[in-house]
Amino acid sequence: MSSDAVVKSEAVNEPVNTGRRRFLTISTAVVGAIGAGYVAVPFLGSWMPSKKALAAGAPVEADIAKLEMGQAIKVEWRGKSVIIIRRGEDVLARLTEVEEKLLDPKSELETQQPEYALNQHRSINKEYLVLLSWCTHLGCSPTYTPEVRADWQGGFICPCHGSKFDMAGRVHKGMPAPSNMIVPPHQYLTDTRVLIGVDQGVEA
Amino acid sequence: MSDENSSVTNEKGGMMEWVDARFPATKVWNEHIAEYYAPKNFNFWYFMGSLAMIVLVNQILTGIWLTMSYNPSAEHAFDSVEYIMRDVEWGWLLRYMHSTGASAFFVVIYLHMFRGMMYGSYKAPRELLWIFGMIIYVLLMAEAFMGYLLPWGQMSFWGAQVIINLFGAIPFIGEDLTLWIRGDYVISGATLTRFFALHVVAVPIALLLMVFLHLVALHKVGSNNPDGIEIKANKDENGIPRDGIPFHPYYSVKDIMGVVGFLIFFAAALFFAPEMGGYFLEPPNFLPADPLTTPAHIAPVWYFTPFYAILRAIPSIAGSAFPGVLAMGAAIVFLFLLPWLDKSEVKSIRYRGWIFKLMLTLFVISFIILGYLGMQSPTEAKTLLARVSTAVYFIFFLAMPWYTKIDKTKPVPDRVTH
Repeated sequence: MSSDAVVKSEAVNEPVNTGRRRFLTISTAVVGAIGAGYVAVPFLGSWMPSKKALAAGAPVEADIAKLEMGQAIKVEWRGKSVIIIRRGEDVLARLTEVEEKLLDPKSELETQQPEYALNQHRSINKEYLVLLSWCTHLGCSPTYTPEVRADWQGGFICPCHGSKFDMAGRVHKGMPAPSNMIVPPHQYLTDTRVLIGVDQGVEA
Repeated sequence: MSDENSSVTNEKGGMMEWVDARFPATKVWNEHIAEYYAPKNFNFWYFMGSLAMIVLVNQILTGIWLTMSYNPSAEHAFDSVEYIMRDVEWGWLLRYMHSTGASAFFVVIYLHMFRGMMYGSYKAPRELLWIFGMIIYVLLMAEAFMGYLLPWGQMSFWGAQVIINLFGAIPFIGEDLTLWIRGDYVISGATLTRFFALHVVAVPIALLLMVFLHLVALHKVGSNNPDGIEIKANKDENGIPRDGIPFHPYYSVKDIMGVVGFLIFFAAALFFAPEMGGYFLEPPNFLPADPLTTPAHIAPVWYFTPFYAILRAIPSIAGSAFPGVLAMGAAIVFLFLLPWLDKSEVKSIRYRGWIFKLMLTLFVISFIILGYLGMQSPTEAKTLLARVSTAVYFIFFLAMPWYTKIDKTKPVPDRVTH
């Protein structure tokens, strides 16, 4: 390359330096590809949630003072609905009864609940269950079906693909849904006010 | 006729000569229309390609007109569709032409694909033609899916919810991927506007490009035919295939007749049953999207239901719904691979043995059963049936290299039959 590179102006028929040509082609292509990669960043990045959408993901408060036994209320958090139900002693007793039908009765899959809800009733306060009304299969909202029938101890049934969950949001065996329903991060501000979106013990 | 034309332009040195010196108008016309030789034994199934073009034109034309009155925002999308239906002059017709056209597109494309499978049109040298066609099919599904979100009805919302969450089942990146697709924690206005942009600009451009490439590939290798015979292997002294006839006027006229027949059925659906009893436009979609209430029964539009049934048929393994998603993807990927799975020496079903005929019949039956099951709420018996049908669907592909090899074929004639 060195001596050949000093080209005299009349040496037009000099043999092609294929090594140099290949180097230039490849380096141009590589630099071009890196450039294209950088250009792609704003295009791909613009699909992420906007600042406005992120702000709308702020925590929400729910007042459970008027919730009667067996009743449920729904609040919206990050556009998904969060269901809060109040369970009596009879319902809590059936949580043990139903366990043989469940896929993950001990809630061993860590991602589905915060540590403070890692117990049989999957809640901070035994009576109240705070649950993301979000089927772990494909995100439909399971219907709250507390009525006990012959083969049903009460719980949630997903209208989309029939996944069944018990009264603590634990999934039955052999369902399309692969895991228990999610207990969102939450904390009790007072006995009757729940803040959803912030973990217990964290300053709200 | 074409010879006469070209001699006339040469002698007179008219307008066409001026154009031809600057743009290959006559050359393209002759190579692709007037002197493009297609097999003379085309039957009913060969209408579908030209019908797909007609429907594509219908979708683009009515689609452009719909964007003139449609408002792509979460607040106004549903109302603007009702505005189109009630207040815009002829809006109801344009909208129904578009929605009925979507279903018609899939009717025509499914028949078009079945034709290819029946007559071995994907086999060498038409592999790329088939691949381009499959890409069109996938683009069409994306187009239909995104278009269905735009009316912002309950089924728009929850159907999109289910489909986007399919990506959530992908290990490790799933959650972030769904967030990226939606642009929000849930399907929202951000999702709607990007789907609108993709539906009216990006995907149609890709579709038109792929249709162009599909035709370029077709005209390079020539059409297959019901006998699966290469007509180019038998040419006369002028280099014209003995079993070929010029596309124009023979097939241009025949295709127009096909279009007339098609439009009779299309207009009947359009004017008398535009919702097709809930199959083309589902009842929950006449309610505005409500993120807090899932409709009692969610089913995709009919053309997606076979794949949806496959998704549901696969149970989740080790706490992940990914296997079902994978199976659904595989159901489409296998179609891409047909040219290499089929080891038979003959193309057309006419000269194949009983095993292929049986397998293709079972495949079609399983596809139809899956399509039906995808619309139904799952019960134990239906899930079992879906699993059996899913197995049949995949065995058709997986066992194909084997059964197409051992299947006894009949001798293929040299010339096409009538």
